[in-house]
Amino acid sequence: MGEAPGADAPFGLLAELTHRCPLRCGYCSNPVDLVGRGDELDTATWCSVFDQARALGVLQVHLSGGEPLARKDLPELVGHAAGLGCYVNLVTSGLGLTPERLAGIDHVQLSVQDADEAGANRIAGVKAFGAKLRAAEVVREAGLPLTVNVVLHRLNLDHVGGIVALAERMGADRLELANTQYYGWALRNRAALLPTEEQLARAGEVVADAQARLAQVMEIVYVIADYHEAHPKPCMHGWGARQLTVAPNGDVLPCPAAGVIEGLGVENVRDRPLADIWYSSPAFTAFRGYEWMREPCRSCARREVDFGGCRCQAFQLTGDAAATDPVCTLSPHRGVVDAILAGGPTEVGHRAVVR
Amino acid sequence: MTGFDAVPRLRRGVKAAFDETRDSHVVLFPEGVLVLNETAAAVVSLCDGRTSVEGIALKLAERFDGVEADDVAELVARLVARRVVDVDG
Repeated sequence: MGEAPGADAPFGLLAELTHRCPLRCGYCSNPVDLVGRGDELDTATWCSVFDQARALGVLQVHLSGGEPLARKDLPELVGHAAGLGCYVNLVTSGLGLTPERLAGIDHVQLSVQDADEAGANRIAGVKAFGAKLRAAEVVREAGLPLTVNVVLHRLNLDHVGGIVALAERMGADRLELANTQYYGWALRNRAALLPTEEQLARAGEVVADAQARLAQVMEIVYVIADYHEAHPKPCMHGWGARQLTVAPNGDVLPCPAAGVIEGLGVENVRDRPLADIWYSSPAFTAFRGYEWMREPCRSCARREVDFGGCRCQAFQLTGDAAATDPVCTLSPHRGVVDAILAGGPTEVGHRAVVR
Repeated sequence: MTGFDAVPRLRRGVKAAFDETRDSHVVLFPEGVLVLNETAAAVVSLCDGRTSVEGIALKLAERFDGVEADDVAELVARLVARRVVDVDG
């Protein structure tokens, strides 16, 4: 430990156990090139990843995917992570959630697609709404804290008041309303998902009212739509700063989307210890700290606020991962984002199914 | 600011633990991790749903010099703001 200066130990591990998922949401942030079942890490390797992550300093394990419940060995993985003293967070669609499968889990994040059944099922691409209501009940009966996660976009942003009411009915402790970030399938479907300024303004008011009204009952976290903002989001609180992602095939990434950046030098837990990858792999050192920055970020007072924004977004929109996030109005590439916002909507396509 | 009569307890789903990697007491909760200093760890360990802020200050005074109920109340208020602690009263 401590061989590489400049990097602190990570607090969180996002373990993407599988890309398999019963839902086909068009806003999914999973990569377009999904990992098939045959390439997934086996039980023993995941347990070793958890051991290495805990030794490295990880205290929170987010079991995600795809749908983590699709892994038959989930109880074993949960038990192993919990046994290490990690806080275990299950990030789920809720399909297939039973009381037995909650053993060892500390917190559940349950996705919801829309306020009503027809809308929700249309976005999910399958009939999932009823199963989500039952899943919320199962979580509540187990006495676990529940966060309801909703990705917002053109098709559901006008229903945000109904979505808040649904989360209340589900007994959520916390509601995360996150405008779509355009990675993976969401990037492919961007033109269909982008909301209008008017939709965002109206939704913002509804959310602010709900936050005030429900302050004592349910925390509501609202994540802005970054294309519409003047400054970029503080992506991951800095590259390789607090959290790491392990993809279903064992690739170790600074964030779930980082696989899109060409030539990043992504390494795999099957080949190298996790601590070595965190501290010294090119994928993690490339954009850690401030030295990699160019102007306008390099001399900008906001660099410690937003860390230059998102490297993946910079790569996707400018072809250069070291560029200032083009969402920033100080970026010479802001015109790219404005041109996207000026484009017309299209139809949403559903995520592919992987088996 | 939290009152001296307020009785704090850890919220549902919040766990206090010791992290050997950082050699520190920590609080684990849905939104993240708090790394605690020695005093904060002592306060958190007494957020048991039975001991008031004033009671916590009295107990801490047995172990630390210069503990003020004001300081405990301020720390508890910060823990409430981070949604780590709930208060009754």
